[in-house]
Amino acid sequence: MTFSPQLEERFAKMLQAYPEGRKRSAVVPMLIYAQDETGAVTPELIEEVAKRCEVQPLQVDEVVGYYSMLHRKPLGKFHVQVCTNISCMLVGGEELYEHAKKKLGIGNKQVTSDGKFSLEEVECMGACSWAPAVEINYDFHHFVTPEKLDQLIDALKKAN
Amino acid sequence: MPTKLYNEPSPLETKVLSKRFGLDDSHSLEVYLANEGFKAFLRARQMTPEQIIEEVKTSALRGRGGAGFPTGLKWSFVPRTSPKPKYIVINADESEPGTCKDRLLMEYDPHQMIEGILIAGLAMDAHKGYLYIRGEYRYLLDHMDRAIGEAYAKGYLGKNIAGTGFDFDLYTHSGAGAYECGEETALLDSLEGKRGVPRMKPPFPAVAGAWASPTLLNNVETFSAIPAIIRNGGAAFAALGTPKNGGTRLVCISGHVNKPGVYELPLGYPMLKAIYDVAGGIPGGKKLKAVVPGGSSCPLLKADECDIPMDYDTLAKVGSMLGSGGMVVLDETTDMVRFALRIMRFYAHESCGWCIPCREGTTWLRKILQRFDDGGGRKDDISLLGELSKNMLGRTFCALGDAAAMPTISIVEKFREDFERRLPKVSAQSQLVTV
Repeated sequence: MTFSPQLEERFAKMLQAYPEGRKRSAVVPMLIYAQDETGAVTPELIEEVAKRCEVQPLQVDEVVGYYSMLHRKPLGKFHVQVCTNISCMLVGGEELYEHAKKKLGIGNKQVTSDGKFSLEEVECMGACSWAPAVEINYDFHHFVTPEKLDQLIDALKKAN
Repeated sequence: MPTKLYNEPSPLETKVLSKRFGLDDSHSLEVYLANEGFKAFLRARQMTPEQIIEEVKTSALRGRGGAGFPTGLKWSFVPRTSPKPKYIVINADESEPGTCKDRLLMEYDPHQMIEGILIAGLAMDAHKGYLYIRGEYRYLLDHMDRAIGEAYAKGYLGKNIAGTGFDFDLYTHSGAGAYECGEETALLDSLEGKRGVPRMKPPFPAVAGAWASPTLLNNVETFSAIPAIIRNGGAAFAALGTPKNGGTRLVCISGHVNKPGVYELPLGYPMLKAIYDVAGGIPGGKKLKAVVPGGSSCPLLKADECDIPMDYDTLAKVGSMLGSGGMVVLDETTDMVRFALRIMRFYAHESCGWCIPCREGTTWLRKILQRFDDGGGRKDDISLLGELSKNMLGRTFCALGDAAAMPTISIVEKFREDFERRLPKVSAQSQLVTV
């Protein structure tokens, strides 16, 4: 398996960052950066990361279920993450999440039939003072209202 | 480029760590150098490790990640003459609900933190550092990679830093979504490529941390405070706060306030003043009901308990904690059953599952609270919630079990009437048979 030249460069540097004989340390970062290109943590990716980090595939496999951002199945092209934890909840986070479900026509951790959007109710993402917050892929959006969320989603629907 | 701030600063702030926030290109090394950047490192280079640690002790800086342990003391635990390599690990796994300050310190002033890390490197005789950033903060991983690249290019990282003969390498490391990895030993397991499960202590990380080597672990804000301490002296930093509670901290105010935001306030700042003057008070003139003083793990304070100065010792005296600086304000309309449920859903989701009291305890508490919120609460459930929580206290491998139990106990004890109000209305006859 090969990745984009940028990612290959990142991985080469990453494997140098840890002490001698400690390549296993790269397992989690390698999985999350690779997942961005492969779309999901596939059995093939697990084999590849295991080979590069010099561990058994099982040692990679067992961490996948632990970290909430690692996914064995592809998410939508735009992964909409709505925080409903306390700071967001107090200012409308739960209502915003309900609105997102209706707007996208899907439930938690589901993907729209065209594969364009997925939705997730997430735990605190560190935007408490600018709540309610939404993260779409890796982009933060603060003080989000249902109207603002509609605009964001409509703009992404038009984008390719 | 002008820097866009997330919220307007308040004139009531005491800006030490955040004083460069808002300057054009505040994140650049050039701006940092033009504003006292790396003066502290050069000064620390002239000091012995003992002198550096003594200065940090004098500053009365306490860990800003949540536990509030005296930083200088923590630094003194690392056996710096050990023949093993020593490591510096920076905890940027900011995920305590209510907390959003480390983001700003990395975004607006990454070199301040880097300088703090280098000074710790001098004090520990460590030459490698790992910056563990939560995976959701990808933009900050990219941002820190750029800042680190800039520091290497201009000789502030790498070999012979600023011509002083000191070498230090710093690397970013991405998490992938796990609150538990904010616990320092779980973070170390995660750094080593494993599930982020806490370790048995002792040995403490100072002696056997990353890759079984002596390791100093501190929060982003703790490292960011170091340059000012070395530059102006520990005593000057200590004087900003109250005895044993040195300096300022970034307080993240959220919830029911007119001006939510992150504000730098001295330790010992009056809590009510923070709510009403700094954060503009409660919208609609509503009354204060409760405050989460330092992130969701802290016992809640009722409105009449909030007329206190915000320092670690006062908060401990009133049975709570200053925690990570995440202060959540709740107005009189807040339904405490729903609030308790949301907290418990979080902890049940984030429990690593390693030890039974936490894994089972958070799950059962969540189920009981959910039943209550769904309208099926029983009167006995109210005391059951408290008893179950108390059974978890002190009986779990790491602090996550306590973190789930403590706010729950406080909510059930202080807001019992909210639970009673949510009990299903039943006829006198059915009450007789359901007991």
